[in-house]
Amino acid sequence: MTLKWLTGLTVVSLAVTVVLALVVAPADAVQGDAYRLMYLHVPTAWLAYLAFFVTAVASALWLWPRTRSTTWDLLAGASAEVGVIFTGLCLAMGSFWGRPIWGTWWEWDARVTTTAVLFFLYLGYLALRRTGVTAAERGKRCAIAALIAFADVPVVHFSVTWWETLHQDATVFNPKLDVHFEGFWMPFTLVFAVFAFTLLYATLVTARLQLAELEEGKEERELERAIERRVRVPAEQVPV
Amino acid sequence: MSILRSSLLVAGKDLRIERRSRVAMQQVLPFGAIVLVLFAFALDPDRGLLSRVAPGLFWTAVLLAALLAVGRAFAVEEGNAARDGLRLSGLDGIAIFFGKAVAIVVELAVLEVVLGLGVVVLYDVEVHGLLLIVAAAIPATIGLAATGTVYGVLGLGVRARETLVPLLVLPAVTPVMLGGTQAFDAALDGRPGDGWPWVQLLWAFALLVVTLGALAFGPLLEES
Repeated sequence: MTLKWLTGLTVVSLAVTVVLALVVAPADAVQGDAYRLMYLHVPTAWLAYLAFFVTAVASALWLWPRTRSTTWDLLAGASAEVGVIFTGLCLAMGSFWGRPIWGTWWEWDARVTTTAVLFFLYLGYLALRRTGVTAAERGKRCAIAALIAFADVPVVHFSVTWWETLHQDATVFNPKLDVHFEGFWMPFTLVFAVFAFTLLYATLVTARLQLAELEEGKEERELERAIERRVRVPAEQVPV
Repeated sequence: MSILRSSLLVAGKDLRIERRSRVAMQQVLPFGAIVLVLFAFALDPDRGLLSRVAPGLFWTAVLLAALLAVGRAFAVEEGNAARDGLRLSGLDGIAIFFGKAVAIVVELAVLEVVLGLGVVVLYDVEVHGLLLIVAAAIPATIGLAATGTVYGVLGLGVRARETLVPLLVLPAVTPVMLGGTQAFDAALDGRPGDGWPWVQLLWAFALLVVTLGALAFGPLLEES
């Protein structure tokens, strides 16, 4: 029920975002229409960080004996999946925007590089989740892996920032995201886009969580059914 | 038994296995060396490019060979139910973590010396600032070994461990790659002042991973 409402609300707010971003918000004086990609890029970046933060919190709650429950493990996984997709989208959007504005598809800017490393860190985490162990075995491994990845991110960011400052200043393009917002509609559209994408995140994670819980239940139900079938067969007929 | 003695026991065991099986000497080391040769093929040795980018190539070769060393350190626990033996030994999880990490540090140190000589000879590098180079290599090696040990035990008993562990380790050790390369670069360029902050960063990373690893290793070993 909640999922239906969430989905409806998400679709409506995303539709409003499309209209705001493409029609209502004026073109940028310097960047023209290319800046409109920011209405996708900024919310996807925000979602990526939000998703990995939720994964870390859910993993910590799973590890804490008093709050341990399979739901936290499944939530951590669901959030990481959504996070990885949005990190990928964020990098792609940034790349599309960078081509006309920076003059290059890829710039080894500290933020871009950290985001790319983040993408691979959590891709590894998702691979670990899919290694076919049972839910009970998976829990501890994955929770610890998620927390290590989360602790690693600040060090990666710090080292990359440091590395970037040693680079020569870019001459052709400006590595700072200095997009100037003017008037009312530009900042409003951005804030609204972030709101709409946060709803999208909630919808996707809720749906994924429900699916994961069904998956978990499926294995248990199959096991129960198999035991039942076995019990119904008279003892002398059981193949040895 | 104290943690120190237990760690040395585990490290001694791993190094003894390596000495007898000779996998590290006859496979990991040559692997690192062939990577160095491949870089020369890729980067045209005549243009002086190799000597300029030598620090980065050195750390890439070390990183790739380290993946093999880590895989090997945990492959020896898979056969003959050695893992159960380790779990039942009554040794503290922290001690096992330190022991396995120390064994990898020793192997990597040998590897780095050999590859370092290889870089000097093959890439025509003049060595300056040896103190900075050694000071950077120590925390970098500890950070690499500790990260490898944590993810190695995470992958124990998991399907497709051989491919999973590299995917987990490589993004996690970006600070080592960056710090090691920048510090070596500074040393070889004769501007050691730029290199020392990176040594601090490498120590910070090493301490973080060692702490996390010591906390997580025991529970993970029980789990695997």
